[in-house]
Amino acid sequence: MNWVWFHRLGSPPHFFRIAGRMIPWFAWLAAITGIAGLIGGLGLAPPDYQQGEGYRIIFVHVPAAVLSTTAYAVMASAAAVGLIWRMNVAHAVAASSAAVGAWFTFVALATGSLWGRPMWGTYWEWDPRLVSELVLLFLYLGYMGLRSAIDDTARADRASAVLALVGVINLPIIHYSVDWWNSLHQGHTLLKFGKASMPPSMLVPLLLMMLAFTLYFGAILLVRARGEILRRERNARWIGEAIGAGS
Amino acid sequence: MTLVAVIVLGVGVAGALALRAFRENVMFYFDPSKVAAGQVKQGQHFRLGGMVVKGSVQRQSGSLDVKFTVTDFAHNVPVTYDKVLPDLFKEGAGVVALGRLDEHGTFVADEVLAKHDEKYMPPEVARSLKQGQAAAAANGAEAPH
Repeated sequence: MNWVWFHRLGSPPHFFRIAGRMIPWFAWLAAITGIAGLIGGLGLAPPDYQQGEGYRIIFVHVPAAVLSTTAYAVMASAAAVGLIWRMNVAHAVAASSAAVGAWFTFVALATGSLWGRPMWGTYWEWDPRLVSELVLLFLYLGYMGLRSAIDDTARADRASAVLALVGVINLPIIHYSVDWWNSLHQGHTLLKFGKASMPPSMLVPLLLMMLAFTLYFGAILLVRARGEILRRERNARWIGEAIGAGS
Repeated sequence: MTLVAVIVLGVGVAGALALRAFRENVMFYFDPSKVAAGQVKQGQHFRLGGMVVKGSVQRQSGSLDVKFTVTDFAHNVPVTYDKVLPDLFKEGAGVVALGRLDEHGTFVADEVLAKHDEKYMPPEVARSLKQGQAAAAANGAEAPH
């Protein structure tokens, strides 16, 4: 297997250039799938037999919740790559992923709370799914806090990478919390064996929204990673050339 | 590489042990079988979860008082409640109630939450499904004749 592409990605100027080229693709595709998903979800999809129109918050809640864990997986994977291969770019990606993931987590918790009030009858319960998602938010905040508390970038990278890896244990707990314990939160609608418990008229917009959130995450992650690389490499000569060339 | 492997392995083992320990203790609610098995003491505050038995809901006219039965299809627990029920509260649907058992084994709820399942469908589909089931049940009942 040829690993040249991987090692080339580890080079800051190369990553900076590639990321810059990919951002518009991610952004435009996110906008298109997002608009299509919103029209499908808020306009075309039928109301639910139990929850009426209120269930439509699912089109934001579920993608945000999925991305809250995906962003953590990306962050922890990048941190592991950074630790193992001492790759500065990977640490920059991990650092860039944290704040975005924290926002997704916040949106998932907030929309879930607003959804819970009319449907369950409560804004918040100390339920396994809700608590494990709240722990995820604290992991993100702890990660960002730790990073900003250490001035030396290389040491901050290593310390926060260890924290990110320790926190990975929370991801399966979040996912399986509704199976392992009695939970107020519903079970899996999509990720399970057999058919999704949802007709295509609701499923297609939901999947479109999930795709849109993923692409949006990709775009924001690359923008932030480029910024982080600029900050880290601010004294390098290639930056003058890259910015001078207008890329 | 070693550091990462040690962290992942260590956290994995610690997490698995913690989960094994918590598995029984982290119960958001008890189901009626656990109540019948005597796992909760009388007077203890706990959550009861299960299905509302069809046809069991009795409302007192002139007040919010309501009585219903919660089941897990093995055991039943009668419940009384005197506040406003959530919109999704329905016979045959899931509920989680917070409260305590009185001396007659009736669950006196302070709070009732509705639990919805993972199924989503348009109302027309739900209606025709219901009709289909009713028709199938009627056919099934006539078949032996």
